[in-house]
Amino acid sequence: MRAFTRLDGLVAPLDRANVDTDAIIPKQFLKSIKRSGFGPNAFDEWRYLDRGEPGRDNSQRPLNPEFVLNQPRYRGASVLLTRDNFGCGSSREHAPWALEDYGFRALVGTTFADIFYNNSFKNGLLPIKLPAAEIDEMFAQVAAAPGYRLKIDLAAQTVTRPDGKVLNFDVDAFRKECLLNGWDDIGLTLRHADAIREFEAKRRIDQPWLFA
Amino acid sequence: MPKTLYDKLWENHVVRTEADGTALLYIDRHLVHEVTSPQAFEGLKLAGRKPWRVSSIVATADHNTPTDHWERGIEDPVSRQQVETLDANIREVGALAFFPFKDARQGIVHVIGPENGATLPGMTVVCGDSHTSTHGAFACLAHGIGTSEVEHVLATQCLLQTKMKSMLVRVEGTVGAGVTAKDIVLAIIGRIGTAGGTGHAVEFGGSAIRALSMEGRMTVCNMAIEAGARVGFVAADDTTIEYLKGRPFSPSGEVWDRAVAHWRTLVSDPGARFDAVVELDAAAIRPQVTWGTSPEMVTDIGGSVPAPEDFADTVKREGVARALQYMGLAPRTNIRDIKVDQVFIGSCTNSRIEDLREAAVVAKGRRKADSVRRVLVVPGSGLVKRQAEAEGLDRIFIAAGFEWREPGCSMCLAMNADRLEPGERCASTSNRNFEGRQGNGGRTHLVSPAMAAAAAIAGHFADVREII
Repeated sequence: MRAFTRLDGLVAPLDRANVDTDAIIPKQFLKSIKRSGFGPNAFDEWRYLDRGEPGRDNSQRPLNPEFVLNQPRYRGASVLLTRDNFGCGSSREHAPWALEDYGFRALVGTTFADIFYNNSFKNGLLPIKLPAAEIDEMFAQVAAAPGYRLKIDLAAQTVTRPDGKVLNFDVDAFRKECLLNGWDDIGLTLRHADAIREFEAKRRIDQPWLFA
Repeated sequence: MPKTLYDKLWENHVVRTEADGTALLYIDRHLVHEVTSPQAFEGLKLAGRKPWRVSSIVATADHNTPTDHWERGIEDPVSRQQVETLDANIREVGALAFFPFKDARQGIVHVIGPENGATLPGMTVVCGDSHTSTHGAFACLAHGIGTSEVEHVLATQCLLQTKMKSMLVRVEGTVGAGVTAKDIVLAIIGRIGTAGGTGHAVEFGGSAIRALSMEGRMTVCNMAIEAGARVGFVAADDTTIEYLKGRPFSPSGEVWDRAVAHWRTLVSDPGARFDAVVELDAAAIRPQVTWGTSPEMVTDIGGSVPAPEDFADTVKREGVARALQYMGLAPRTNIRDIKVDQVFIGSCTNSRIEDLREAAVVAKGRRKADSVRRVLVVPGSGLVKRQAEAEGLDRIFIAAGFEWREPGCSMCLAMNADRLEPGERCASTSNRNFEGRQGNGGRTHLVSPAMAAAAAIAGHFADVREII
């Protein structure tokens, strides 16, 4: 996994609540057996005016000028500003794959759905939760100031606004450590293989019906 | 100190805990399907790792499989490749059970686990699918996981997890005739909202939940995720134990007796403390119909579509305005006046035998309205299909002008050929009314199987209580 330490990135605002993972990456693209290449189809139904299909050349498709990410001022954004319950619905990890492949490295919002939040950390994509009042203010600032950027420092757990205001955020110590170092958590878990084997052996005796 | 069922399930699976509370949770059952597993198997192979315990794996193909003309195979080459990739992966690594495309026991992963006794009380169950919460009906700790976690579980038999808060949703009293488990869970989501359960493990309790069959409890737990809860569960009782007796992977003999003794302990202790408690009166729940693009946008059959100005919060108001525009609905429209183009009876929420029986009661001796283009009835598995045919339900549906299909996920997420056309409106027994969920531009209204059948007959939403 790609490590995340610091980021100084252009912010794009997605001002709607309950953005679900079906919207982030529609089902027809889930037929792929690969982990990469989902970026051109991120937010497909909002982003394009026609229906997307796997294997199509997306560069030839008509863009929806109304969709915020299609506005030239947000081109190259690496921070997505989001509303409540972002990433709800399906557990598809294709959603963080698509966001990461699109170019996002961090998401800043109020709340994220549990499975999506978890999946993001596994892909070097940092979801940051801030108080609703801060997020409201940030949406207003982004709208008012083209080129609005945020500086994110994971080690210090801070988000710094262009006006210098520093906001602190919480993150589990273990997730933070894994992301800072880009660790493969399977490798970490396998360091405890003996403990797993011991647990399993005892379980086989105590609850044999689980091992039919 | 009295413990919640969640405390007990958690403690029974913790292998070790990090300083910040992140735990390694041992996984008893790993359900695998074709969509979220290929990258996990590939990752495993690239790292030179082997699955930790293949006897924990139960696999099937469900999301991509067609529901008609099985003799033609899977015509979409991209879908076919994904299903064939699953076949190849399972052939290579092995599994406790594999029900591939066209197998007699193939079906939706959340239907086949329980019906084969592969989901047992007290288990941790994972699957790369958010509706894994379904298995919580058996007093399991059942998590939907992402593909990286699928690979993690394959490689280590463990899931990294921090303990969530606990929530009790207590539904007391008796529901009226025609009011089902689906209406109960939609009413719960309407109450707490689509993020109401985020960060919580939700226990569903109270006399109305106790009175439900296992099929009904699965419907309720299935939609815990639509309330934001990654896991939802119901305590074990006689109904649970009775259901499991004699299933292919259920224990038998002396082991069965030991298992039952353990299962009896899988309840929250009297006086156990929950971080949040929500209470609903079952008698007040009427048949539910969603009107928007989030499951929390729900009312009952006597209700009407709200207006954006009914909501004080700006983000919510804009969300409602956008939903009404997408759904093609004017504020204050009576739910009963909304006409439907298609009806879908199926999905991991409502495709079990009891769901089909409920729909058949309404369909019997009646005919779908001419204005309804298509009514799909998609059983959850090959076993459900055969049971329904043995009971003559297929003939009731066909006589009513409904289409009787082969099992699979079908138009719940429209990954196969079953989908809505842009602008088409559907009464659906599935779990998500998101934009485009049942097909690009399609409009979904979530209802119970009985209400779906009633809409098929009337051509618009109708109160099933006036029909049965």
